[in-house]
Amino acid sequence: MLSAIWVAFLVLALICGAFTGRLDAVTTAVGTGAGEAVTLIISIAGLMCFWSGIMELVQASGLAEKLSRMLMPLLRPLFGKASADREAMEAVSANVAANLLGLSNAATPLGLRAADRLYTLEGRRGSPDTVLTLITLNTASIQLIPSTVAAVRAACGAASPFDIMLPVWGASIFSVAVVLLSGRLMRPWFRAEK
Amino acid sequence: MQATLIPLLLAAIGLYALYKQVDVFPVFLRGAQKGLHTAVSILPTLVGMLTVVYMLRASGAIDLAAGWLAPLFGVFGIPKDCVALALLKPISGGGGLALGSELIGRYGPDSYIGRVAAVMLGASETSLYTISIYGGHLGLKQMRYAIPAALCADLAAFAASAALVKCYFPDI
Repeated sequence: MLSAIWVAFLVLALICGAFTGRLDAVTTAVGTGAGEAVTLIISIAGLMCFWSGIMELVQASGLAEKLSRMLMPLLRPLFGKASADREAMEAVSANVAANLLGLSNAATPLGLRAADRLYTLEGRRGSPDTVLTLITLNTASIQLIPSTVAAVRAACGAASPFDIMLPVWGASIFSVAVVLLSGRLMRPWFRAEK
Repeated sequence: MQATLIPLLLAAIGLYALYKQVDVFPVFLRGAQKGLHTAVSILPTLVGMLTVVYMLRASGAIDLAAGWLAPLFGVFGIPKDCVALALLKPISGGGGLALGSELIGRYGPDSYIGRVAAVMLGASETSLYTISIYGGHLGLKQMRYAIPAALCADLAAFAASAALVKCYFPDI
């Protein structure tokens, strides 16, 4: 999908540039865009490394596991019968905890493991609600420390790069609530095939 | 608040790790190495995406699309300059980061648009990509309500970003 979109963007830039008579600027942009990407990565790499290091400590010290155990009672009501399965709920909680801590390298494998277990519990057919709940939960962001965004803001000279944290939390919590609620409300229109 | 929170958090994590007899600095280095690896591995995506974003910006396509769609997104309070970001972020994380960074750089990190773009980036996931990863892994044939629910959540995150930045930073 991304390939088609990317090519569409290139074509769009060509057509639009030709119509507006700005093909010169479009050509110049090829050089500046690629260069800016490298500059951006270099300027945010420091903070990315630092937070990744801190989060490694969070994992190694057992804090991530602690968080995961604290989350389990909150997550149980979302998963119906599957919430009785220890293995499934442990994987789900670990996935959500990794998302909260921004451990993007760990979150996806944990999430896939949780999805696998939930799918097995449902007999591995159709698209069960428990699996879809986990997937949609992963499509909404829930990150405690928006370190990449803060790094970009710092690179651009923000007075206080982390001062957007409260709005980020608010918007995140709202979107998680919306994904869970809208998924629940839409169920009657999207019945599961047996 | 965040002025005290971050240093407090760092000290607390360090002390707790020490108390748990973690070999703190080597473990930190291992994590930092992973962070470096992440930064390096997203560079090609960012090169591909940021170049296209700059080309689209230069051709006038972004402003044109934003102009057309602004009334639709305006209903949810999403500013015109952030419309393109709202469209790209659900599909591509690298694309979202590229366009978001361009907005933050162009308008300034402490401007209204710069802040809304930052909060939008921080408060949303690459939702459609995530669905394709999970669906592909399990071999699901139909995703039922997953896509509409995820798009509702993205829209909610973006609308809330615009509204909360306005509330939290009333003087910009």
